[in-house]
Amino acid sequence: MATLLQIAAVFGVLSLLAFGGGAAVLPDMQRQVVDVHHWITSREFLDMFALSRAIPPGSMIVVLIGQKTAGIAGALVALLAMFGPSSLLAFALGRIWHRAGAAAWRETLEQAMAPVSIGVTIASGIAIARSTEHDWATYAVTAATTLLLALTRLHPLAVMAGGALLLALVGGG
Amino acid sequence: MATRSTPEPPGLGALFLSFLTIGSTSFGGGLLGWIRRELVERRRWIDDQQFLVFYGISQMVPGATNVNLSVIIGTQLRGVPGAFAAVAGLLLAPLAILLALGALYFAARNVPGSRLINAALIGAGAAAIGFNLATGIRLAHHNIRRIGPALVAAAIIIGIGILRIPLLEVLLVMLPASLLVTLAERAR
Repeated sequence: MATLLQIAAVFGVLSLLAFGGGAAVLPDMQRQVVDVHHWITSREFLDMFALSRAIPPGSMIVVLIGQKTAGIAGALVALLAMFGPSSLLAFALGRIWHRAGAAAWRETLEQAMAPVSIGVTIASGIAIARSTEHDWATYAVTAATTLLLALTRLHPLAVMAGGALLLALVGGG
Repeated sequence: MATRSTPEPPGLGALFLSFLTIGSTSFGGGLLGWIRRELVERRRWIDDQQFLVFYGISQMVPGATNVNLSVIIGTQLRGVPGAFAAVAGLLLAPLAILLALGALYFAARNVPGSRLINAALIGAGAAAIGFNLATGIRLAHHNIRRIGPALVAAAIIIGIGILRIPLLEVLLVMLPASLLVTLAERAR
């Protein structure tokens, strides 16, 4: 029980610090769970990061840390603690927005937010590509996928399967 | 809003199923693209402008952006139960898979999967990044009509994507800047 409370406390705080998404708090998380609480080793942290990296919606590494530390209960507590507090904030801000109804300032702010959100969408894609991709093959897959999905009606799963297959042939062979 | 069509809100079950689909298809990445594809293009429960505003709000609070976005969209469509339905649907499949992977890992003390699987995952990830980029391009094509907003988007792309300035700092500068652009265009 004490461990579950500690898990809730550690991830609950990280949840509120994760501006820009969960990646922002990964170094802090590693320090807390490896150095401070000794729940897992730093090798395990890296393994868990690799395992959870492709699992949506991000930050799912907390499930593995919780599972290793306190079983299924630990996994669920970690998940709730990581997403709960930030979800409450998102809910509150969404509510304020909703309540504003047809207020003139809301209409203006909405117009102003559109290009910002679009910019962030494209910028995040570029930033993630630059931090995770290091060879011509991955850059080529990203570039080709971008063009295909922006210009055609191909199903994204088909295109992603193509990317997976291509790199399995190039990198795994 | 008077100018905005408000279609029949979906049932909680339909909302849950849509997010279950989103959570199940977005392994490897591209979650933002899947959310827009399912809710804006296929179901038409929200429109592009709402999607962009909700995404903007999701960025302003800490936490996984896509979870925040699901909370806000769920709330918008079906209130508090809608938020729970959306997030539960989103997380169910990833959680189940991850617990199974975790059990395997703790049993084998080894990351399951060979070099081949790893390479395939990297390929799917690279394609998923392309999916999100394509979503951004489509959004820009549909929603940016004038030079002012185009410059705002371009500045953000350069700031975060090229110069690697932290998101929060870019938002603190560019949100007010975009507001000024909007007001200036309106005054003309």
